[in-house]
Amino acid sequence: MGRYVLATLMERTQLAEGIFSAVLRAEEIASAAKPGQFVCVYSDDGAHLLPRPISICNTDVKSGTVRLVYRVVGFGTEELSRKEVGAKIRVLGPIGTGYEKVSEGKDRPIRIVIGGGIGIPPMLLLARKWCEECYEVHAVMGYRNKDTFLIDELSGYAVCHIATDDGSVGTHGTVLDAIESEGLLADGRDGKTLLAACGPMPMLRGIARLAGERNIPAYVSLEERMACGVGACLGCITKTREVDGHSHVHNARICTEGPVFNVNELCLV
Amino acid sequence: MNTSVSIAGVVLKNPVMTASGTFGSGMEYSEFADLNRLGGVVTKGVAVTPWEGNPTPRVAETTGGMLNAIGLQNPGLDVFLERDLPFLQKYDTTIVVNVCGHSEEEYVEAVARLADTPADLLEINISCPNVREGGIAFGTNASKICEITKAVKAVAKQPIIMKLSPNVTDITEMALAAQDGGADAVSLINTITGMKIDINRRTFALANKTGGLSGPAIKPVAVRMVWQVAQKVSIPIVGMGGIATAEDALEFLMAGATAVSVGTANFNNPGVTMEIVDGIEAYMRRNKIEDIRDIIGCVR
Repeated sequence: MGRYVLATLMERTQLAEGIFSAVLRAEEIASAAKPGQFVCVYSDDGAHLLPRPISICNTDVKSGTVRLVYRVVGFGTEELSRKEVGAKIRVLGPIGTGYEKVSEGKDRPIRIVIGGGIGIPPMLLLARKWCEECYEVHAVMGYRNKDTFLIDELSGYAVCHIATDDGSVGTHGTVLDAIESEGLLADGRDGKTLLAACGPMPMLRGIARLAGERNIPAYVSLEERMACGVGACLGCITKTREVDGHSHVHNARICTEGPVFNVNELCLV
Repeated sequence: MNTSVSIAGVVLKNPVMTASGTFGSGMEYSEFADLNRLGGVVTKGVAVTPWEGNPTPRVAETTGGMLNAIGLQNPGLDVFLERDLPFLQKYDTTIVVNVCGHSEEEYVEAVARLADTPADLLEINISCPNVREGGIAFGTNASKICEITKAVKAVAKQPIIMKLSPNVTDITEMALAAQDGGADAVSLINTITGMKIDINRRTFALANKTGGLSGPAIKPVAVRMVWQVAQKVSIPIVGMGGIATAEDALEFLMAGATAVSVGTANFNNPGVTMEIVDGIEAYMRRNKIEDIRDIIGCVR
């Protein structure tokens, strides 16, 4: 269960076209946050009621800060990108069940974190954690073009592999193409690897197919339009293969049971 | 200072309740709001069997409000009675169970099975705009409302609140039909049917195409309807629709509502109900109002 707090904007930078980074001081959230969790950011504007779910990119417990990296897609994120340092922002977090739920494949020594576009930020905290736990961590990041972000930071925790839609950096193609061309699953490595992915649905479906074909455990972070962020409104569900333990129907709440799911629980492919 | 009100003999410690569907079973908000300080918790609608609800996207923000088309997803009465109701029983608040059904028989079965449970009041949802049978098809037909009210009253042990739809020409006809059927109270308004187009995807923002509009955008419509109904019926009214502040709640009370429900505002501030409870008390102190009942329906 998250905390509803008034956070202070400590730092605001633009990383790429439409991509911004915000460092918020929110001690309770910073100390509780786990990789894969997210926060809800509320607007100051009374005409925009619903909080914006934004993944947690990194935390610094010592300074009590949480870093969010987000794409400006509408009113809420646009408003956030214009805030001045020192601004007070209402935030609820950390929310959801993150990668602490990993059970299948938890003994596997090789971890590949895969991020597509604005799915890349949550992979930073995850790569950091797995690096600190001494796994062999690879980060596969897909961008539209050479307007990349977070590569330097991820390089501190993982061996980075880049794919771009236009071929301007790294592999010309998707993150799946990069996994293939870089031989990340070759020579029996697939039997030692665990996959974690966040990104657009076509990418997640590709990961689910790959995981199924090669019999690799895989976890994905989902996103959906949300309203409450606390599991009450049932707005942000995903279809599940089995009856969900909370809802007692084939729906799991992305904000509560998720956003991280084992691909085998979902109906992605 | 008295803030308590009564609905069909059931005393609420204050007039502030939650709106069905926005507050889960209370559990989800219990760390943000002290449920003991609420006049009542109105649960997410429950049916005799689990319902899957609608496909996603189920919610969309609109200016001053939001659209939802959840489709009354619920775990069914067995789970509700075993998990959700016992949770609420731990709190000193009035428990209002919202009941939905696909047919008159399903409403009756649910109400009958709730008869000997700790539920204090039952709210019958005949007005969900996002499901056909049991939803708006019933709630927009006065004779059907009267018939369903009679049917559930015949088996109910708790007082019955009929929840009315604003998607009608004259809501007072629907309220009178509920009263004629023996309803102990009416609650209004459910959401107003709306639509949003996603211009980037060139399709509907909601998978269900239409959804129910809630939030501050609908408040003036809701206040008007509560006032109109208050002039026509003699049973208590639970007012709702866009309440986000104590001032909003007071408007509904003055228009004739005995109690109010706070819905969408919870999504903007998970502790908003506490602020509304405090704000009503502060208003009463400021204006030297000894009894909240003195302002209920004071605007005629």
